[in-house]
Amino acid sequence: MISIWFFIGISLSVNGALILAAGIYEWVNPPVSPGVQLYYLHANVWWGAVLLVIGALYCFRFAPGRRT
Amino acid sequence: MTITGATYVTTRLVHLSPVDVVIVVFYFALVLSIGWYLRGRANTGEDFFMAGREMTAWVAGLSFLSANLGALELMGWAGSAYQYGIMATHAYWIGAIPAMLFLALVMMPFYYISKTHSVPGYLKLRFGEPSRALSAISFALMTVLMSGVNMFAMAKVMQIVLGWDINFSIWVSSVTVAIYVTLGGLRSAIFNEVLQFFLIWAGALLIPILGLYEAGGWTNLKLQIVQRTSEQYVHVWSGLGSFSNNPMGINWAGIVFGLGAVISMGYWTTDFLVVQRILAAKDIRSAEMAPIIGAGFKMLVPIIVILPGLLGLAVLPEKLVPESVAAATGAHSYNDVLPLMLARYCGPGLLGLGVTALIAGFMSGMAGNVSAFTTVWTYDIYRPFINSKSSDHHYVNMGRWTTVIGVLISVGTAYLVMQFASIMDYVQALFSFFIAPLFGTVVLGMLWKRTTGPGGFWGLLCGTISSISMWAWVKVDPSALRYVALSPHAKGLAQDYYQALWSFIVCVIVTVVVSLGTKPVPDGELIGLVYGLTEVPSVEDVPLYQKPLFWAGVVTVFFVALNIIFW
Repeated sequence: MISIWFFIGISLSVNGALILAAGIYEWVNPPVSPGVQLYYLHANVWWGAVLLVIGALYCFRFAPGRRT
Repeated sequence: MTITGATYVTTRLVHLSPVDVVIVVFYFALVLSIGWYLRGRANTGEDFFMAGREMTAWVAGLSFLSANLGALELMGWAGSAYQYGIMATHAYWIGAIPAMLFLALVMMPFYYISKTHSVPGYLKLRFGEPSRALSAISFALMTVLMSGVNMFAMAKVMQIVLGWDINFSIWVSSVTVAIYVTLGGLRSAIFNEVLQFFLIWAGALLIPILGLYEAGGWTNLKLQIVQRTSEQYVHVWSGLGSFSNNPMGINWAGIVFGLGAVISMGYWTTDFLVVQRILAAKDIRSAEMAPIIGAGFKMLVPIIVILPGLLGLAVLPEKLVPESVAAATGAHSYNDVLPLMLARYCGPGLLGLGVTALIAGFMSGMAGNVSAFTTVWTYDIYRPFINSKSSDHHYVNMGRWTTVIGVLISVGTAYLVMQFASIMDYVQALFSFFIAPLFGTVVLGMLWKRTTGPGGFWGLLCGTISSISMWAWVKVDPSALRYVALSPHAKGLAQDYYQALWSFIVCVIVTVVVSLGTKPVPDGELIGLVYGLTEVPSVEDVPLYQKPLFWAGVVTVFFVALNIIFW
């Protein structure tokens, strides 16, 4: 049976990758007027990266067929 | 959180970009995939209703916590933090932690050893059919009604925050929940609750991080809050000496005895919606550890709920107002503070994750209601009173159909609330009537062997009636609140806490008096059900760091320390 933690890993990885990609795109193509406060911190870049790394670790650690 | 039918839409709070929409759609695809994957693992009654009783302590514990971490809870308590200051943290600390530890160390062994499928099932074993019938019917009815009320409230929130059509929100969410619970039963609901737990933290944790950065740290945040409000907004306990000295309008006795000793004990130890998650644990150590793990994380939830509300007090340029004023003026209400903070800091992608976290919180809460309703209907109403001789396969099919019917009743309730907004207040009040007396009945039954069946039944009934009577009294004559809450300065929350306290006391007194006047139950019939007559399986043979008592001690130390630090 696939572990619940693997599904968590999938969710965090995909969401992290999407957020990271959106953050990089926004960084490369900065909007004329940023719609959020603290835009210059580029939170979606580093937060997306954090989620992607955690998600990837969960996917690897709890991959189907891998002994845990 | 109260969202009345009279709430009017002004402008939507946030606009989703394409990547945000992809994140929301991905969430729906994932939960349906989980339900589809688990469809083959819900063929027996134990699988469908109890998730096979094979959940680890971590899965059961996070699910137990998530069942109470709904979107309306998050938004409502963030709004309360804006309204009352850091005192709102009581809902997460004294209003939860002692009760969770009590459940783990004192009550869970009896639930688990008795192998009951539900809390009403325990009442049947301990007090007989009348108590089970009263508890099961009231719980089943209130659960689907509450599910419908929450469904309408969330659809209203989605309309206000995102501009989504109410019908769209109701039907998409309810059909999705119906599909994955019908396919995978309780296991599917639990998996999605754990997923929701991670999504909520991933989607909401950035708000306090960026908010504290903008506010200049915790010390500066407190200074700004005090400048805008008063000193009592940044203290948890110091203003509770009297009703008039704090924004909540309550005193320490109401918080400690009403909230901490009765309401939270009643909710966390007898509300089957949350207890069902623990009953699915794989062994008794896991069942005891699960609430302790839940308590550990519960202490941290104020970071993503209370802190955003406090940050809203400091950094938002506009002043938020009560729901009634917002409906009349078009201003933002207290309950909008979390979406406003989300919109303030979260750009493309992050906004989608935050919205997904809210949707996930709502849907898993609905799945929790539906799965608990399905179990209680099938095992505590249908099987004992309607059809007691069918096969396990028949009851599983009944569970699947009940899931669909439960969702449809919830949808019907949502539309009823849409037409008659006042129903919402009544349903929310109704649910609170049963919690405190039920705790009195269950805890006396577990701890005092002299409690009898008639004592349990009449205590539960009289406690419930007393609660309804006090509520009706204040409804008819609002000035009666001074008598119920013992102070002319008492406000709304004080009524809830004191009403629960009195109804619990009525329940206990009636139970004791009736029990002493009726024939005792022979000790032999109480083995496995009552403290002192039951040998609780020992966990002595595991290392110290694996013992529930050790971790309960660790959680207690942190709990005390946090209350002192934020005194």
